[in-house]
Amino acid sequence: MNLMEHMGIEPGRLQFSWISSAESTKFVEVVKDVTSSVKALGPNTTYKKQAVKVA
Amino acid sequence: MSGYQDKIKETAKRLLKEGSVEMVIGFRKGTLPMMNEPCFIRRPEDVHQLVWDSNCGINLANYLTDRKEKIAIVAKGCDSRNIVTHIIENKIKREKLHIIGVPCQGMVDKRKVAALCAGDIENVTEDGDVLTVTCQGAEKKLSRKEMLQENCTLCIHRNPVLFDELVGEPVAEQTGIDRFAEVRRIEAMESQEKWQYFEDLLAPCVRCYACRNACPLCYCPTCFVDESKPQWVGKSQNPIDIRTFHFLRAYHCAGRCTDCGACERACPMGIKVRQFTSKLNKDVLEMFGWEAGMTLEQRPPLDTYKPNDPNDFIK
Ligand code: SF4
Ligand code: SF4
Repeated sequence: MNLMEHMGIEPGRLQFSWISSAESTKFVEVVKDVTSSVKALGPNTTYKKQAVKVA
Repeated sequence: MSGYQDKIKETAKRLLKEGSVEMVIGFRKGTLPMMNEPCFIRRPEDVHQLVWDSNCGINLANYLTDRKEKIAIVAKGCDSRNIVTHIIENKIKREKLHIIGVPCQGMVDKRKVAALCAGDIENVTEDGDVLTVTCQGAEKKLSRKEMLQENCTLCIHRNPVLFDELVGEPVAEQTGIDRFAEVRRIEAMESQEKWQYFEDLLAPCVRCYACRNACPLCYCPTCFVDESKPQWVGKSQNPIDIRTFHFLRAYHCAGRCTDCGACERACPMGIKVRQFTSKLNKDVLEMFGWEAGMTLEQRPPLDTYKPNDPNDFIK
C-alpha cells in the first residue's frame, strides 16, 4: 500500500481489512467506512484505463 | 583496479586447472566502450578474456539461477548480496559456488559520460580516478568519482558479504550517506504531483523488459507480464499497463532488492526504474530493519511471520 500511495494513489482509496466470517458488525462498519471515504475522495481519475482506441 | 584484473585471471586459471570448478563467470570487454559483458570461461587457456574495470555494473548473480555445475563467480558487494538471496531462495547451492569477491569502488554510469561528449565515444581508459575518454578523435579527462552510477554513490556495502577469496584488500565503506533523499523528496509531494512524477518518469518506457531481464531476482520461468492465461496485465503501450508492470515488478523485489542498479543500467531509455524499488527498500528497512542479502542465517521478513510485524495498514 505504501508504494501505491507513493506513486500517487490518494490515501484512503486503497484499503485493507481482515474480517472473519463471524464478524458481521465489523463487515458493515468497514463497508460504510470505505464507501464514505472513497466518496469523499471523488471519482478515480488517475489509475484508470481508458477504453482502447481503435484506429 | 588493474591489480584486481590480474588476480581474477590468476584465480580463474588456478581453479579451472585444478578442476575445482567447471566454469568461471566474469566479465570480458564488450563490443562498445563502457559495455563490459558477462562471459563464461570453461578452459584455462581462455582466462585472458577476463577483465575488471569500472564498467562491470551488470549483476552476475543473474547467471547462476538453477545451475548445477560447480561455478566460480566474480562478485562485487551487490552481486554477493544477490548470491546470498539466490542461496536462501534455493536458486543455487552454496557448495556449488566458489565466490571470487571483488571489493568495489563503484561503477561508471555510461550515460553520464556520454552526456558530456558530443558524438560517439571511441575509447575509454582509466587510471585511478581519471577516466580518459576519446570522442571523435579528441581526448577528454573526467573524474571517475563524478561519473559513478547513482546507486553506487549511495552504496554502503562495497565489500562482498560472502566470498571464498578476495582479489584485494577490503575497501573503506562509504559513511554518512543519505540513501533515501530521492524517496523522501517524492514522499513529500501531493498525490497528484506524485502521480504526474511517475507518469513523466515512465513516459519513455517501450516495455522491452530489459530492466526485468537484467535483475537477478526476476527468475520466474514465466513472468507475470508474459502470461496470457490468465493475463494479469495488458500488454500494450497504454500508460496504465506500463505503470502496472512497473509497480508489480517492484513489489516482486520487495525485501530482496540490493539496489545493484542493474535494472537502471540496462534500460535503453534511461528510465530511473530504481525509483520504485528504492521506496520499498526504505520501507523494508524502516519496518523490519532489513537489508537484502546480508546474511544466510536469517529468513527475509517477507517470508516469515512474526506476531509483532507492523500491520497498521489493515483495519
Ligand atoms: S530491482 Fe534493480 S537494483 Fe534491485 S536487485 Fe533487481 S536489478 Fe538490482
Ligand atoms: S528497461 Fe526501460 S524501456 Fe525497457 S521495460 Fe524496463 S523501464 Fe521500460
